[in-house]
Amino acid sequence: MIAISASFARRKAVNVVMLSLTGVCTLLAVSVLFFILGYLVVHGGSSLNWDFFTKLPTPVGESGGGMANAILGSGKLILLATLFGIPIGFCGGVYLAEFGGTTFPFIVRYVTDLLNGVPSIVMGIFAYTLIVLGPRPHFSTLAGGLALGVMMIPISLRTTEEFLRSVPQALREGAMALGASKSKAIITVVIPAAVQGIVTGIMLNIARVAGETAPLLFTSFGNRFWSPGWDRPTAALPVMIYTYAVAPYEDWHRQAWSAAFVLLMLVLTINVTARLILARRGHSRR
Amino acid sequence: MAPSNPVRKTDSPLLEPRVPEEAKAPVPSAPKLLASKMNFFYGKFRALYDINIKIHTNQVTAFIGPSGCGKSTFLRTINRMNLTVRNSRAEGEILLDNQDILTIELSELRRRVGMVFQKSNPFPKTIFDNVAYGPRVNGLHRKGALKEVVEKSLHRAALWEEVKDKLHESAYSLSGGQQQRLCIARALAVDPEVLLLDEPCSALDPIATSKIEELLFQLKKDCTIVIVTHNMQQAARVADYTGFFFLGKLIEFDTTRVIFYKPAKKETEDYVTGRFG
Repeated sequence: MIAISASFARRKAVNVVMLSLTGVCTLLAVSVLFFILGYLVVHGGSSLNWDFFTKLPTPVGESGGGMANAILGSGKLILLATLFGIPIGFCGGVYLAEFGGTTFPFIVRYVTDLLNGVPSIVMGIFAYTLIVLGPRPHFSTLAGGLALGVMMIPISLRTTEEFLRSVPQALREGAMALGASKSKAIITVVIPAAVQGIVTGIMLNIARVAGETAPLLFTSFGNRFWSPGWDRPTAALPVMIYTYAVAPYEDWHRQAWSAAFVLLMLVLTINVTARLILARRGHSRR
Repeated sequence: MAPSNPVRKTDSPLLEPRVPEEAKAPVPSAPKLLASKMNFFYGKFRALYDINIKIHTNQVTAFIGPSGCGKSTFLRTINRMNLTVRNSRAEGEILLDNQDILTIELSELRRRVGMVFQKSNPFPKTIFDNVAYGPRVNGLHRKGALKEVVEKSLHRAALWEEVKDKLHESAYSLSGGQQQRLCIARALAVDPEVLLLDEPCSALDPIATSKIEELLFQLKKDCTIVIVTHNMQQAARVADYTGFFFLGKLIEFDTTRVIFYKPAKKETEDYVTGRFG
């Protein structure tokens, strides 16, 4: 009897310890985000003003100014990356999910997972050698967009594949039983059935590369002016944050905080929107 | 075609199997489908053994048999749906109106031989777009004509009255039985000569089931119907001819009356009297 109750007490104690340990870890994990958010709101939100979105950076020593060029630059880079990375990933995903055999998709999946694990700075070096050191060597928006675009391929490929695979086989058969060819069935039934998931995947993918700094350091490089066209260096928010944060001026630090705040808000908005779209799955009518 | 097929009301659709008069003494007619020496393999596994069968025009033919006996496999070789199964192989010959189905272009074959699946599989589209899918795939795009086909098909599937005010709502807003009738309407929209039904009622309640069975009586006026069913009463109620499959072989095929009252083979008798399966 005594032995049993002693073991009960021990089990209870172990239970309490484990429960509180895992609980504390969960709290820590969640609180990191809230800590960062709060810190950014305090430091970045306070010095954020309309000029930040509309004005160019001012020369050293002059106060005020904004990062309009970096916001536009980031937008252009993300647009390029999306145009480059999403179609390749999407079409590859369609092929893997709908047409691939068994061995080939396995190899492709493995290779894309490897590509996904390649450090982002290596992507930068890749675009650097390919474009920046190309026939007319210079930094450009194009090179930065390519570096980010390559990073988008593996995730867009895998999410497309996963969401297409989750479409019931019965829908494919239903379409083909009505005389649709396989590709017709994929275009008119399977992809529309998976489109919400795929769009969500694309948005999360964009949110992920929006904050990438390393691939841009020696591709789009950054500058302090407007950068019309695609073949000149351009500013981008993450690179701007880096440049301003390591500079020795108090004023620049405040600007860096503001930029970080804007970037985080952008990424959070994309994330939350994507989750909302995904949550609506199945209830919507198309 | 009458504009609507009012559903006949019965108090207990399942307690009293209605064997239709014409089912008891089917009129002999030209075969719509003629299968000879059909074999089917999933990889090394042989699912069908030398199936020979004659399926008569404008009659309902039912396939019964225990699970895994090959009745669905055979059904899916008729519209070559089994092509989608990897490593599978079909041998033998099936004639549709005396033409080898292998010589018919696949989308043409699938248009002429429609199929309704076990689980209703409406597309994630509106009710209208579901029914219009087949005609659109087959090249009909004129709005007026599409509307006409959709209305006619929904009438034929006895669904029009229930959905006429919500054609542009999602097909998923319908009940299970309505979804299955929507799938029948969708199959009818391309005007098939043969309609294959793979256990169409197995997921439905008795009332929805009786509605679909009513429908089959109407449809066989201009369609040859082949239905796979687990439910022997259903075969007895709806079918003119019945085939009993067991372990990949067509054990016996005859009029429904003979199969249920005077089967020639012992296995058939054991199965229809409920001694196994």
